[in-house]
Amino acid sequence: MAAPQARPRDPASAAARPLLQIRNISCNYALERAVFDLSLTVNRGEQVCLLGPSGCGKTTVLRAIAGFHPVLTGGIFVNDQEVSAPGSMVPPEARRVGMVFQDHALFPHLSVEQNIASGLREFSTAEKREAVADMLERMGLGHHANRYPHELSGGQQQRVALARALAPKPLLLLMDEPFSSLDLELRERMGQEVADTLKENDITCVMVTHDQNDAFALGDKVGVMVEGAIVQWDTPYDLYHRPKNHFVADFIGNGVFLDGELRSASRVVTVLGDLDSEAILDWPANTPVEVLIRPDDVIHDSQGPIQARVTRRAFKGAEIMYTLRTSNNITLLALFPSHANFAIGDEVSVRLEVDHLVVFPRDATAV
Amino acid sequence: MATGLSHALKHLPRQGHQSGSPPDWWTAGALVLAALALMPVAAVVFFAVDSSGDIWGHLVRTSLPGYVGNTLWLMLGVGCSVFLTGVSTAWLVTMCRFPGRRIFEWLLLFPLAIPAYVIAYAYTDFLEYAGPVQGLLRALFGWHSARDYFFPEIRSLGGAITLMGLVLYPYVYLLARSAFLEQSVNVLEVSRVLGRGPWRTFTTVSLPAARPAIVVGVSLALMETLNDYGTVDFFAVYTMTAGLVDVWLGMGSLAGGAQIATTMLAFVILLITLERISRRHQKVYQQSSSRFRALPAYYLGGFRSALAIMACALPVLGGFVVPVLVLGRLAIVYFERSWTPAFQTYTLNSLLLSASAALLALLVALFIAYSRRLNGGRVLGFATRIAALGYAVPGAVLAVGILVPFAAFDNALDALLRRTVGISSGLLLSGTVVAVLFAYVVRFLAVALGQVESSLEKVSPSMDMAARTLGYRAGQTLLRYHVPLIRGGMLTAVMIVFVDCMKELPATLLLRPFNFETLATHVYQFASDEMLGEAALGSLTIVVVGLIPVLVLSRMIARSRLTSGNPAGQG
Amino acid sequence: MKYSYSILRSLIISSLLVATPLLVSAAEVNVYSYRKPQLIDPMFAAFTEQTGIKVNSVFAKKGMLERLQSEGANSPADLVFTVDIGRLSDIKNAGLTQSVDSARFAGHIPKNYQDPQGHWFGLTTRARIIVASKERVKIGEILSYEDLADPKWKDRICTRSGKHPYMVALTASMIAHHGAAGAKVWLAGLKSNLARKPKGNDRAQVKAVKEGECDVAVINHYYMANMLKDPEQVPWAESVNVLFPNQSDRGTHMNVSGVALTKHAPNRADAIKLMDFLAGSQGQQMYAQKNGEYPVKSGVAWNELQKSWGKFKEDSLSLAAIADNRAAAIRMADEVGYNN
Repeated sequence: MAAPQARPRDPASAAARPLLQIRNISCNYALERAVFDLSLTVNRGEQVCLLGPSGCGKTTVLRAIAGFHPVLTGGIFVNDQEVSAPGSMVPPEARRVGMVFQDHALFPHLSVEQNIASGLREFSTAEKREAVADMLERMGLGHHANRYPHELSGGQQQRVALARALAPKPLLLLMDEPFSSLDLELRERMGQEVADTLKENDITCVMVTHDQNDAFALGDKVGVMVEGAIVQWDTPYDLYHRPKNHFVADFIGNGVFLDGELRSASRVVTVLGDLDSEAILDWPANTPVEVLIRPDDVIHDSQGPIQARVTRRAFKGAEIMYTLRTSNNITLLALFPSHANFAIGDEVSVRLEVDHLVVFPRDATAV
Repeated sequence: MATGLSHALKHLPRQGHQSGSPPDWWTAGALVLAALALMPVAAVVFFAVDSSGDIWGHLVRTSLPGYVGNTLWLMLGVGCSVFLTGVSTAWLVTMCRFPGRRIFEWLLLFPLAIPAYVIAYAYTDFLEYAGPVQGLLRALFGWHSARDYFFPEIRSLGGAITLMGLVLYPYVYLLARSAFLEQSVNVLEVSRVLGRGPWRTFTTVSLPAARPAIVVGVSLALMETLNDYGTVDFFAVYTMTAGLVDVWLGMGSLAGGAQIATTMLAFVILLITLERISRRHQKVYQQSSSRFRALPAYYLGGFRSALAIMACALPVLGGFVVPVLVLGRLAIVYFERSWTPAFQTYTLNSLLLSASAALLALLVALFIAYSRRLNGGRVLGFATRIAALGYAVPGAVLAVGILVPFAAFDNALDALLRRTVGISSGLLLSGTVVAVLFAYVVRFLAVALGQVESSLEKVSPSMDMAARTLGYRAGQTLLRYHVPLIRGGMLTAVMIVFVDCMKELPATLLLRPFNFETLATHVYQFASDEMLGEAALGSLTIVVVGLIPVLVLSRMIARSRLTSGNPAGQG
Repeated sequence: MKYSYSILRSLIISSLLVATPLLVSAAEVNVYSYRKPQLIDPMFAAFTEQTGIKVNSVFAKKGMLERLQSEGANSPADLVFTVDIGRLSDIKNAGLTQSVDSARFAGHIPKNYQDPQGHWFGLTTRARIIVASKERVKIGEILSYEDLADPKWKDRICTRSGKHPYMVALTASMIAHHGAAGAKVWLAGLKSNLARKPKGNDRAQVKAVKEGECDVAVINHYYMANMLKDPEQVPWAESVNVLFPNQSDRGTHMNVSGVALTKHAPNRADAIKLMDFLAGSQGQQMYAQKNGEYPVKSGVAWNELQKSWGKFKEDSLSLAAIADNRAAAIRMADEVGYNN
């Protein structure tokens, strides 16, 4: 695949061109409410992702955007044209959206070439040939043009599915767990490749997945969904470093919650020491809180104030994820470079170094 | 990129519907078709409600218990017979290895080409007093008359059960076979690793997994049993079908016949429910790139393999070879008397009629099945079940249910035209081939529907969505993407409907137009006059024609073992 | 693979058109027949040769009445031919016939073989005779229908289904002569004498006698002639003696095959011409010679076999009377479980 070209992106103009607007939609699934009052906006050239556990309603939203699922309230707009509203729906074939599925859904009786050409009915023969050749080259499938789907590997099938969806130059690309059927190593590579392709070709994309890594690879913006609603809509970075609530903090990345008390608007007292916050913590003093401690917030320091013992370790190649138990019985996750090779039972000294303090009031209702 | 953009601009979104819900032709069409299929059954029930003197009381007191009893025994006997024969041969042929296995795999299909009444005629000729078997016995043992020895009476309930079992087991065989083939290889291997021998693996793993398919097969065989008229009439086994025709025509009570028919519908609904539930259990989504893996097999040694060969050979010999030989001999002996220009016309009639009906049935089935796939919903599901009912309605009853409304329509139309424009339209529907075609389609729609539905179920729904997002409307998706994938199922549907139409008897007898005979009615006429010799050529022709789809199916079976790779795409 | 709706559609339509017969406008008569084509086609052919009027026939063993009823005024049928009295009276009672002036047929068709109101006419008669094994039954051992119920014949008699029109007519005549109670006793007695469950047609019963399954059978007389024409069936016919029952009292039970003119016959005049032909000498002669049936018209020569049997006394009971008892006769068969 061609190397991605750096394209200057003008945030202002992007914001002025929303391609997809979802306004307050609700959907049912099997007679139960699956999506509640959901809104989101996707700008031209943006890739966004809906991330959440199975059953959260993300696939329903995707199918509603595609036109396979009716909405009970609100509306969906593509290019400012209303495509879905309660009681009326533009059929999928008229929406000019492309879709890529978890099982690829390639037409088994057609060759790669024919699969890619499937959406090009209204093109002339010459145009069709040109478009297909273009796609084959972009996706690195040139040698496989006459092969059949069952003769291809998982990754190749994925590329064909993508090529097929993109060939007719759709307004919007929808992807439903596109990498779930690939094995782990392939998944990461494909995720990167696809992200590059989309960016390079300025393709607007909405993806749904339950896998964080897929979401982070692809999404300019990621929405974490649970039980039919989006709980946070942000860049991957912000989701990781600035989760808005306990659920998101817990769902994204690794980490533990440390109980503490709010001493002042910028300081939290915990059993492992005091932590300062740059942001203002706007709750009354002495509010019981919990602090998110990510593995990368735990630093190995032979002079460190916290003594802990290694209870578990998971080798991850360049780093090792340790589970530590401090002397006052707090469990921590720590990520150290792997050449400091501690064994289970070893004593280590650490200190906490938290750049952005993530603090939530501690109460039963987590989300 | 520029060309791409200009394309995007050129091909703006196609027109969409903005106000209200669009007219859904698919659902409406499917409902209309289902209503048409229901019409004969509704007409029959309608007549049953009509008072019929005290004939119902008379029936209940005298002959109805006999009819019901005979029917139940027949169904029980045939059910057991086809289960044992079909399942055992299917398992032997898929899971065991013995010489000749590959050949038996498709040979076991052959009795499907023979209608029940034909095998009844053949064996009657073969086993009756004047036939070769008893003749030989008498010569060997010096007996002189029927009083001197006991020989089982072939024209009896027992005979009917045996013979019908011989030609109906392929339904179970086919379905059980494909179920065994689709077994999870991993599960079987685990079973063997755990030390379970062939029999235990069969009863604890293979059989339960194949149960839905087997139940479907047995239900189909039982429906055929319920419908049969030629055999039970010839053997004087008074089942409900025979009773119905007798009451309607012999006693002149249409309502009485319709009442018996309504009672039969109770059986029918039971069988259909059984089949539907089992089909639901069968549901599996086929991955579009599954690889072919060989099933673990049991290699049978000497004695066991001889047993296996015998177990497979007996149904083929009994259900196909013997009848064909008997008929062949008779056909040769009576050839001059049978091979007339009239006979050739009848053959052509049968072929044309059956082919047209098969195509029509397929189209209707495709429409309904796809409609259901598109819109789902309980209404359409119910409509599909209704449309399937016709299969189990005896042909004679169907004939009544069709003739009367058609004729009423014709008369009404004629009266209307006479009043308004002064011309007479005469008889447009009743008394023409249309009535027979209608009967065939209604009767065999379930077969086509079943095949098409189960084939469609193997296509993943994301395929549909992919095609729609690529710009194809529902109908185009069906033609371009579903039909090529379900070609095998469609072909099977056409084949089976074709064969069934060739064999169909009572409805054809009652609905055909002037001077129109089919091979089936021709054979029946001669055989019921005890002129089995004259009936033989026609019978043999039915079998030969019926063999063509069986041969194609056989080739498909034979070839599918050899191609590795995507089962969905090829063959 | 390209699918073309239009090709498929035109294929279906054209095949339908080809299969549907076209309407012909030449002079013709349309016949619905319970009689098998080979039995009446020769007569029709002769008629067409003589008059140039074509005869179209459709044959069905069952369902004619219903067809006529539902076709109503549009029915193309002119004439209905039946093999026994039952269907004739059924059609008349269903109001599907019209009367023909019976004066036409005076001298051709005796009164007791036609409908008093002229709605149907018998064309041939058939005697229901008893045949007995030459080997195992002495001549004179059985002489009447009533003898059939005699316990001495237990397990020795074969008949066809008790609900078949020929047997029903016989039972109906027994009802007419002995009353319902008496007839029922007789029928029950006959049933208990059956050697096997009734199956097959009349010829099959003779075959059973030949094979030793039973000693006595009841058949229509013309089957004897038919069997003698078929080499395979000759031994059956030759194994039995023929007897015309009840010669010492009322005479042998007779049935008729006949014809009725339908109510809405489109080709009335031509149809009546056909009736004339069949009741006339030539038609009657063909019936006698070709089918071995007894012509209703007196003075027409019988075939050799019939001549060998000689004249016999016929039960003079009118067929209309027999027709009236048919419904009761059918129920009676159910009540005694005749076919079980």
